[in-house]
Amino acid sequence: MSIEKFSYDNKIVKYFLLATVVFGVIGMLVGLTIATQIFYPAANFNLPYTTFGRIRPLHTNAVIFAFVGNAMFAGVYYSLQRLLKTRMFSDLLSWINFWGWQIIILAAAITLPLGLTTSKEYAELEWPIDIAIALIWVVFGVNMIGTIIKRRERHMYVAIWFYIATFVTVAILHIFNSFELPISLFKSYSFYAGVQDALVQWWYGHNAVAFFLTTPFLGIMYYYLPKAANRPVYSYKLSIIHFWSLIFIYIWAGPHHLLYTALPNWAQTLGTVFSVMLIAPSWGGMLNGLMTLRGAWDRVREDPVLKFMVVAVTAYGMATFEGPMLSLKNFNAITHFTDWIIGHVHIGGLGWNGFLIFGMAYWLIPRMWQTRLYSTNLANLHFWLGTLGIILYALPLYWGGVVQSLMWKEFTEEGFLMYGNFLETVTKIIPFYVIRLVGGLLYFSGFLIMIYNVVKTMGAGSFLANEEAEAPALEKNVEFKDKGHSILERKPIQFTILTLVAVAIGGIAEIMPTYLIKSNIPTIPSVKPYTPLELQGRDIYIREGCVSCHSQMVRPFRSETERYGEYSKAGEFVYDHPFLWGSRRTGPDLHREGLGNKNAKPHAWHYKHMYDPRITSPGSIMPRYPWLLENSLDASNTADKINAMRTLGVPYQKGYEQIANDDLQAQAKMIADQLNAEEDINTSADKEIIALIAYLQRLGTDINVDK
Amino acid sequence: MFKNYFNDIAYIEVGPVIGLTIFFVFFVVLVYVVIKTDKGFISKMKNMPLNDDELKNQSKKTSTQP
Repeated sequence: MSIEKFSYDNKIVKYFLLATVVFGVIGMLVGLTIATQIFYPAANFNLPYTTFGRIRPLHTNAVIFAFVGNAMFAGVYYSLQRLLKTRMFSDLLSWINFWGWQIIILAAAITLPLGLTTSKEYAELEWPIDIAIALIWVVFGVNMIGTIIKRRERHMYVAIWFYIATFVTVAILHIFNSFELPISLFKSYSFYAGVQDALVQWWYGHNAVAFFLTTPFLGIMYYYLPKAANRPVYSYKLSIIHFWSLIFIYIWAGPHHLLYTALPNWAQTLGTVFSVMLIAPSWGGMLNGLMTLRGAWDRVREDPVLKFMVVAVTAYGMATFEGPMLSLKNFNAITHFTDWIIGHVHIGGLGWNGFLIFGMAYWLIPRMWQTRLYSTNLANLHFWLGTLGIILYALPLYWGGVVQSLMWKEFTEEGFLMYGNFLETVTKIIPFYVIRLVGGLLYFSGFLIMIYNVVKTMGAGSFLANEEAEAPALEKNVEFKDKGHSILERKPIQFTILTLVAVAIGGIAEIMPTYLIKSNIPTIPSVKPYTPLELQGRDIYIREGCVSCHSQMVRPFRSETERYGEYSKAGEFVYDHPFLWGSRRTGPDLHREGLGNKNAKPHAWHYKHMYDPRITSPGSIMPRYPWLLENSLDASNTADKINAMRTLGVPYQKGYEQIANDDLQAQAKMIADQLNAEEDINTSADKEIIALIAYLQRLGTDINVDK
Repeated sequence: MFKNYFNDIAYIEVGPVIGLTIFFVFFVVLVYVVIKTDKGFISKMKNMPLNDDELKNQSKKTSTQP
């Protein structure tokens, strides 16, 4: 058997790690900015580009895809080479993966503040960037599978299975959720509408958490935790069961994001059942990680790498216990739309992803730079600041979330809402927002200390770009007599196909019925397509990210029908490309905001409210939108929008696109005239605010005709 | 309302039951496969991360295996 010499590519790992740090700083800074804006709205500097609705997606995208994404690539590129005893398949593909990903991040950082967004959570980027993501993801996949094929190790270790599942599933999710019809270079409409769009979106959204934030990091846990602890994983058999059960069950659970909405009941039930089942494989994995440290707990006290990893895995256990609990309908009724959810995701983001990344970085950097960590004390300080930061971040949001939710639901003895004014429930929780910011600042300061520590470490060491290694080539034409899982572990292609099958079963069961429903035929006859002005107004609503803070989904609870009006019906959303149900009520629900509903307000109220929300609602935390009063509406694309909507199944009559702008102007003039009748308003019909008011006044009004 | 919405799909109510059945079968097969897997193989795979790149960094390790 001949021994072959080769080298591991550390340079690509170094670059991905540096990108992780750079985008970690940016993503967290944006996070701190929006955490400030939420109690001090003037912190948006009165600029459209830095307003909450636009930069909240910037924060989530930067943290998920730039900070965690780059760390994932770093972790995979380092461990994959060593576990397979080979260099990456192609250095060229590695670098295309790196630079392509950074260009995508840059494109996101430019387009999101400009308001170019699809509005679908964690999938906000517009269609050209979606295509770029798909291409770069395929480059990553080809590079990974190529590496697996030219391996010198017969069997694939558990970490690699998780990497394979990540590649396969993210590709499917991204492609299916990104079906959209472009109307210009940076504007498209979702292929799906209403209920269908919501189901596909949360199938994606939930599994983006599963297969972008969880499975690659479970792979990383299975590699780096044994490395750092210097002992093998607790149970390899458990890891087999962990892997297959986790990927099989995860994909079904998406509908738990839509409990009590207009989503069909059977789909909600499916989501709940599988979410509760999910606790088993999740905790199996967590225990497998923690038990790896059995007999080595004394080292956890001394080694900051292990400290970070132990808290990361514990946070994973907490978040994956909380997830199934939040999926129970009775618990969900209280927590959904509240800050509890923001706290929950940050246990995952700051604890599981963040701390695992820090542990991995503290372990990798001294090795690749061939030196010792500059300061263990500083790493310990980082650990404690981070841990305290997580606690101070999450606890106030849990508390505040429940406080607000109970206030929403509280009735007086006479049967009226105790807090009929939504704003009362907001001002009550502002102190919690301030404490949350302190938590975020602590976490961020710990991160800055880490940057100083690793820069010093890098300065003291010398970077080993190509690490020499040797291993015997894989023998060919070997006859195997093995049984069980080892057969699969030496057959990467079959393994990948089985992974695909495992995730496809749940995916098909969840998604196929929505393809079969008659979604384009209104089940409520009075529901009509938007007028051209309303359609333009809706696109302004999307551009400004109103959906970040306002839901459009009145749930069938007495507390909600009392506050907002009739609960939302599936048939009301059949022309909504995309759906705008939202996931958080920082402000009130808007689905019954339109004229004729109990909360309807005159045009002038909306006009003043958008100019400065504190004129109409003293104490409001909503940002000002003065630019909507000044910007002229670009109606040149109305015909394109009507055509696109018709292609998607919205029944605009043939040829309507040619006269659509006449209707638009007529409706705009009517609204402008009514506004100008007010003493203190002087506007013209071509302003963006007019279109937005037209849209807001239309919301939830279709079913009123029936009455 | 939801029933009307889905009335085009026959037997839609058996969907979740089929899903659970599939998972149950899947899980039983999985446990069988794991039981059938060779112990020596499991032990080899388990230790794989620990023996993969220690050529260069042996001297720098902060601790060694007992």
